Amino acid sequence: MDDLDSRAAQALAEIDKVDTLEALDALRVGLLGKSGIVTAALKALGALAPDERKARGAEVNRVKDRLADALAVRKRVLEQAELDRRLASEKLDISLPGRDGERGGIHPITRALERISAIFARLGYQRADGPEIEDDWHNFEALNFPPHHPARAMHDTFYFGDGRLLRTHTSPVQIRAMKGRQPPIRIIAPGKVYRSDSDQTHSPMFHQIEGLLVDETSSFADLKGTLAEFIRAFFERDFEMRFRPSYFPFTEPSAEVDIRWDAEEGSTRWLEVLGCGMVHPNVLANCGIDPERYTGFAFGLGVERFAMLRYGVSDLRAFFENDLRFLKQFA
Amino acid sequence: MKFSENWLRELVEIKADRAALAHALTMAGLEVEELTVLGEGLAGVVVAEIVATEKHPEADRLQVCKVNAGQGELLQIVCGAPNARVGIKVPLAMVGASLPDGMSIKAAKLRGVESFGMLCSAKELGIDADASGLLELPLDAPVGQSLADYLGLPDASIELKLTPNRPDCLGLVGLAHDVAALFGSAVKVPAQVAAAVTSDARRGIRLEAGKDAPRYLGRIVEGIDPSAHSPRWLAERLRRAGLRPISAVVDITNYVMLELGQPLHAFDNDALQGDIVVRHAIAGETLKLLDGSEAKLDPGFVLIADEHKALAVAGVMGGFDSRVTDATHNIFLESAHFAPAAIMGRARKLGMHTDASHRFERGVDPELPRRALERATELLLAIAGGKAGPVLVAENLADLPKPAAVTLRRARLKRVLGVTVDDAEVARIFTALGMQVTPTTDGWQITAPSSRFDIEREEDLIEEVARIFGYDNIPTDTPTGALTLAIEPEARIGELALREQLAARGYYEAVNLSFVAADLLARWGFTERLVPLANPLSADLAVMRPSLLPGLIEALRHNRARQQERVRLFEVARVFEQGNPPVETPSVAMVACGSARAEQWGEVSRPLDFHDLKGDLDALIAWGGEPQRWSVHADGLPGWLHPGRGARVARDGETVGYLGALHPQLAKALDLGADVHVLELALEPLLARRLPKAQPVPRFPAVRRDIAMDLPEEISWSQIEQTVRGSLGERLKELCLFDRYSGKGVESGRKSLAMGLILQDASRTLTDDDADRCVREAIAALEQSCKAKLRG
Repeated sequence: MDDLDSRAAQALAEIDKVDTLEALDALRVGLLGKSGIVTAALKALGALAPDERKARGAEVNRVKDRLADALAVRKRVLEQAELDRRLASEKLDISLPGRDGERGGIHPITRALERISAIFARLGYQRADGPEIEDDWHNFEALNFPPHHPARAMHDTFYFGDGRLLRTHTSPVQIRAMKGRQPPIRIIAPGKVYRSDSDQTHSPMFHQIEGLLVDETSSFADLKGTLAEFIRAFFERDFEMRFRPSYFPFTEPSAEVDIRWDAEEGSTRWLEVLGCGMVHPNVLANCGIDPERYTGFAFGLGVERFAMLRYGVSDLRAFFENDLRFLKQFA
Repeated sequence: MKFSENWLRELVEIKADRAALAHALTMAGLEVEELTVLGEGLAGVVVAEIVATEKHPEADRLQVCKVNAGQGELLQIVCGAPNARVGIKVPLAMVGASLPDGMSIKAAKLRGVESFGMLCSAKELGIDADASGLLELPLDAPVGQSLADYLGLPDASIELKLTPNRPDCLGLVGLAHDVAALFGSAVKVPAQVAAAVTSDARRGIRLEAGKDAPRYLGRIVEGIDPSAHSPRWLAERLRRAGLRPISAVVDITNYVMLELGQPLHAFDNDALQGDIVVRHAIAGETLKLLDGSEAKLDPGFVLIADEHKALAVAGVMGGFDSRVTDATHNIFLESAHFAPAAIMGRARKLGMHTDASHRFERGVDPELPRRALERATELLLAIAGGKAGPVLVAENLADLPKPAAVTLRRARLKRVLGVTVDDAEVARIFTALGMQVTPTTDGWQITAPSSRFDIEREEDLIEEVARIFGYDNIPTDTPTGALTLAIEPEARIGELALREQLAARGYYEAVNLSFVAADLLARWGFTERLVPLANPLSADLAVMRPSLLPGLIEALRHNRARQQERVRLFEVARVFEQGNPPVETPSVAMVACGSARAEQWGEVSRPLDFHDLKGDLDALIAWGGEPQRWSVHADGLPGWLHPGRGARVARDGETVGYLGALHPQLAKALDLGADVHVLELALEPLLARRLPKAQPVPRFPAVRRDIAMDLPEEISWSQIEQTVRGSLGERLKELCLFDRYSGKGVESGRKSLAMGLILQDASRTLTDDDADRCVREAIAALEQSCKAKLRG
């Protein structure tokens, strides 16, 4: 009895000192294993008288439990220590770049164009399109430009020699959208347009977005409200705006829209951003829509101008050079 | 239209300063494009005369001048201007003056000689850019007078960007009427005078061009002084309008055109023979014009001719041989009305644009010719002398435009503008614009003055009301009305989504011009069915692109030349092909070069190859959900592809594009390497997407068996796939290739492929025996159809 107690006390001290899981396991075998001291003590019970056996049995089991608990506690400690060691050795340089993390990007013109189209889509404008190689009727005549009219001279036009031309604006899409359809009509038509003009501020190809609304109640006041909302939504801020009387053959009254732009610290200037107006009755009539019953408004804007303002691009030509050092700024 | 602000203010009372005037013009649709302030800050600058000069004792380039500034005693002034000489009149900045550029004038010693003031150039005074010497004033300029008073300064040169519908504002008097309406003030235009007729010189005029030229007035003025110069005030007004003073006759015709808007022409009367004939040109007729060019005419042109020859292209430019020279004593002045339709596009056809054509093609008031002719005569007699003959008139009144009454309905006005404008204001606006107003029960009847060519229908009147009422005074509102929800088909991938997808795969979007050089296309082998421009900007931008690739590869080269080794670009745009109408096909193209993956620390770098780009294609195809409709083919490749490393892509058997490595010869010609790969596809097939239809997930597990086969090189993977599928049918769920090897251990000309067969049955779990049987069948089929051998 005393022998078991003292052996147990010694074992408990040893358990606390053991510092590997293997040594601990060896200790466990020596104590609780088949030929361990506790097992031996339990086996020895059989030789005792029944009353003595009971007391002695309880004694041995108590020792057994104490040893088992101590072993378990020590095992957890050693396992934790080993896990800590392993984790410490598995530390990565998490600052190294991830694998295949590269991505490309869409062009700033696409970005601005899609942003503008999406704003109008939320107002119920449907996307429409037409050919880039147009005929004179859709590009000019149906839009109320008579042949040789001076307003045509403002559109430096590329021709194909067969009467066809590259559309000089997205306005012919108005005609295509209205033909064979009756109001209410709300369309937004983004696309490439062409003018035979090339210098620092003109590209022979650029992008426009045309908007058109025709129904029974639309007015110039509605046009003003729509464009004010659009400008606010696109730039995410309010601008001082002004509508200036202007002239386009296919709208009347017509206007150009300026916004008060912060040029530099403290200074502002008026910047033209849009052309618009009430759809000319001749245009409605050309498309088979009764101008007495319906009125409408149309607007057109240059996507490059909006992209330049929005993203701070100062040189128009950068859009068409496709230099990755430029494109990567818009990813 | 450029003009002097002071001149306009002389014609109409403007109760506003310069900035407010400019703003009001812009907001009335007469946009101020440029405003240049002239001669501000000229206090202390006077007209002075140089009465003596002597050389500066210490400096070769300086002179010591004695100057009379009207103060009794002469001032000594040191001057370095090359044109300083005795007798001329020049501006003098007196001591105490401060010039527009900030310089203050003090008494000073220049190289030891005292100087009391500064003689000035036009530039130093801020009235012109000329800095070449002293500004020489006319000899009759009054000594001692303030220069600003003498020159009518300060002033501003205002340039308007007039829209084509407002030719009435191409003369200051017309502009003054609009300004008067804006400010509610009155015009003060000079009354029409009739010059004293002191000669009976006359010439017949025959109108033979119908309604193209319904009114033609002329007058002979004999005995003018050909050496007469325009007075300073007239020359200054021309200069501030951007016109160079030339000679009295030319200056006067220009002046009257600026003042009234009526283009005039002066002929040398001695060069004319017989009657003036206004007629259409004969096909092939030619005329040497004032600028020395030879105009080739056709019956679309109206000519001013005499009985023997053409003299001038009506409304465009005068002829060379009948021009006024410094030897002309007798002139024939023309003041006519030509119909806009007869002039439109004619100057352009001759490759020119003149002040006259600019006005006539937009419309000149048909009632102006007499007034303009009298005004020009008045000025001519005053400046160059001479004796005026009677006004010669030829006109077809029936062919003159007649202002018609146009109806404006009150309700329509409100409906279009979205605001109610008071009746009184509407009437005031039209009256102020010189229109006749007759109220009706539901609106007004309006008749525009003959100067307005843009008032033909109700909307034209609504625009006038809006313009003068002020766009700023129209409220903002929100459209109401029926709103139908646009339906976006789910079975079509959006173009933006496609672009984002390509961006996510590492490609940057490029935007190239739609036209390319014919020789670049020829290099690629694009020579058929091209769509060339008739008037390209240059040979580099001459043909509508039949493919996005040549331009995209140029963009790739641009970046390669700028230290970008690994380039990934894509573009979405239309390509063009001959047809009636021409065919425009929206397409997507991708180009790539450099390593397969971006340079990184954890992966071995390898050059890009065909299958990298095919992976991009597979991913795009997979998006549509119907890969079985797509196929690639080694035949039918275009010449720009490497014949062994290119593929034709088809959907439902129809070719929709190509991918692969550039042909080595093309790559070499473009100075590119073997790593450049391209892909171009028609956009629409790629955007088509299957609307999913759900199936139950399989109830029984799948089994996998791997086999390695030894096969001849020429057996393609698609043959192998077909063979295995053919032999196993429905049970084969998937066949995946996980290794491909040739080289040591494999006979030359053969390859080893390791593949996994994923087997599954819809009705029961497959046993090992089932799976083994499938494998045996697959191997047997491969051995039989593909000359395969099972590897040990």
